[in-house]
Amino acid sequence: MKLEDLLAQKMTAITKAWFQLVMETYPPDGSRFLKQEENRFANPVGSTISQELGNIFEELLNGVDSESISPFLDRIIRIRAVQDFSPSRALSFIFDLKKIIKKELGSKIRDREDYDELLKFDSRIDLLAMLAFDIYMKCREEIYKIRVNEVKNRAHRLLERAKLICDLSDEEPDFKDDKLDGKDMEFV
Amino acid sequence: MSSELPPELADSPKPKELMAIDYRPPQQPWMETPVNFKPGNYCFPTKAKNLRVLDMPNPREWAPEEEDWKLPENWMEIIREGMKDRLDKYRSFKLFMDICVRCGACADKCHFFLGSGDPKNMPVLRAELLRSVYRGEFTKAGKILGKLAGARKLTIDVIKEWFYYFYQCTECRRCSVFCPYGIDTAEITMMGRELLHLLGLGINWAMEPVANCFRTGNHLGILPNGFKDALDFFAEDAEEITGVKIDVPINKKGAEILFVVPSGDYFGDPGTYTCTGYIMLFHELGLDYTWSTYASEGGNFGLFTSHEMIKRLNAKIYAEAKRLGVKWILGGECGHMWRVVNQYMDTMNGPADFLEEPVSPITGTKFENANSTKMVHIMEFTADLIRHNKLRLDPSRNDNRIVTFHDSCNPARAMGILEEPRYVIKNVCNNFYEMPENTIREQTFCCGGGAGLGTDENMDTRLRGGLPRGNAVRYVQEKHGVNSLACMCAIDRATLITVCDYWARGVEVTGIHEMVANALIMRGEKDRQTDLRGEPLPGKEDEEDV
Repeated sequence: MKLEDLLAQKMTAITKAWFQLVMETYPPDGSRFLKQEENRFANPVGSTISQELGNIFEELLNGVDSESISPFLDRIIRIRAVQDFSPSRALSFIFDLKKIIKKELGSKIRDREDYDELLKFDSRIDLLAMLAFDIYMKCREEIYKIRVNEVKNRAHRLLERAKLICDLSDEEPDFKDDKLDGKDMEFV
Repeated sequence: MSSELPPELADSPKPKELMAIDYRPPQQPWMETPVNFKPGNYCFPTKAKNLRVLDMPNPREWAPEEEDWKLPENWMEIIREGMKDRLDKYRSFKLFMDICVRCGACADKCHFFLGSGDPKNMPVLRAELLRSVYRGEFTKAGKILGKLAGARKLTIDVIKEWFYYFYQCTECRRCSVFCPYGIDTAEITMMGRELLHLLGLGINWAMEPVANCFRTGNHLGILPNGFKDALDFFAEDAEEITGVKIDVPINKKGAEILFVVPSGDYFGDPGTYTCTGYIMLFHELGLDYTWSTYASEGGNFGLFTSHEMIKRLNAKIYAEAKRLGVKWILGGECGHMWRVVNQYMDTMNGPADFLEEPVSPITGTKFENANSTKMVHIMEFTADLIRHNKLRLDPSRNDNRIVTFHDSCNPARAMGILEEPRYVIKNVCNNFYEMPENTIREQTFCCGGGAGLGTDENMDTRLRGGLPRGNAVRYVQEKHGVNSLACMCAIDRATLITVCDYWARGVEVTGIHEMVANALIMRGEKDRQTDLRGEPLPGKEDEEDV
């Protein structure tokens, strides 16, 4: 049997174990709740992680298509990027999958051929990890940008009110390129 | 197993070594888990100058990440005395310390807990931070049995923990809705903050507005001429859009109504559009009202500081109402102002018996609910106008907006004003969709930036806190194409922009009176081309350049 078929068969067990491991990155008193409550509005963290891990695993079985898998990854990483984790801890869940697969399939990996297939699948998880780095950074950059925008917007409006700045309005004459070709300009 | 590895992986870590990496958090009990201050997770402390202006204790420069917080030598005695004093003075505090049975109903109701998974953000544990010290210092069982009775000693680490977690509570009171005993966790946070202030431990984003408000009447310290300039600026904007010339009465003695708004309405977008909306509406009604440069702040960050400070700041509104000789007070789209008015004002500065029972001069409706405080919420006022057919409205002017409504914590839970905003919104726009029921009305989720936390240095914490709200907004965005989040609170209007940018990108935040003014057909108005933001009105897109 092909590795993908084996993994597909074990999908429920694998994604469940994966979810459990992610939940263990939260303090036990907190994760108890995150694991139980199923209403997606009453428990956005637990329900998002549970749902998207399933989606990610399903996608992985077909390879790593960054376009289709990124939105699922984004939903989890967007959350973990603002939680109290170091970057490595935030993304450790990707590598957990290797651990789980080896545990679930351990006895079924008998020969060199199986092992090669497993290594190939491992490299898909490595690719997933690289995508995850990009998404994590994108989220952090968004946060910095949001922070800067908040401060900028506040200050800009105040300056405008105080009549200390004046924006060019839409009615200002356009400076056409032909007038700015440098021929008539003198640089002193 | 290692002998079976292919040669190219011979130098890689062995599976057993890989398995040994453990990302699980420490398993020790919460009392022994120390707080870790790191950037993004806490607010900057109060600057000494702001404490000095308010005559508050221990003004100095200090930093939470440093070991030494420069506390007074007798800090322990100060806290003990402070706690004793408050237990004697506030019966509610004593009750809240004693009656919790740890049923857990509140545990999973806090947006900060839901976003972080940190158990100390569960309301029950946040309260335990204080309760454990109360038991250890003030109850016999706690003194004798110690930890067995849930008690602990007062230490510097406990104080640090208080600072961390009492400034990770937005006093939104969602947890209180679910408490079978009616414990108001916000009041526990308020007590925690009062005690911290005795040692000079506060946050600047809350205390600078308090200091400014105390001196110049509003959070940013905008002086009377700046205040007038801002309002004149809005009147000019409104005239440009509608062709109607609008006068803005300021400090007008003998006016019938004093109008008070949060300063966010006149200094920050998109509140400014709502502010423009107010003056357009009042002009259209021919209302005899006035703004005030002294009572130029409806917000009261005293609520996030101490009871004493709430009283000091709230008193200004009533002093001004008296000085101007108005009959009653109308309040704008503010959040916590309404908690102060409905739950504290009357016993602090009331009764306002020099004012009259509020009556709408347009409809004759008596606002009996405001009989004691003499202060009416603008959403009650406007809903009443619409109900009596006093406004000519063209809701299609808001057809570019597919709207959902965020109940702001304080108007919803501290005032119960749930139907009026919905009634107004449905009359001024054609596309309205509710978020899921466990995220609105009394169960509404906080924006994550209330109670003085709406600053930028604690952005990670704010975004965690805003997750449950953002998650519900994204749901209606995906399901119904919602592009506008309406709300009636100045803090919401500022902080929800950020929440939407991160969790539900593409959703814009709007005040309700901004939409009212867009829909409002004014006497003598020209053919409007744009909305208050200068964007072409629906159907006028092609005429933009004409």
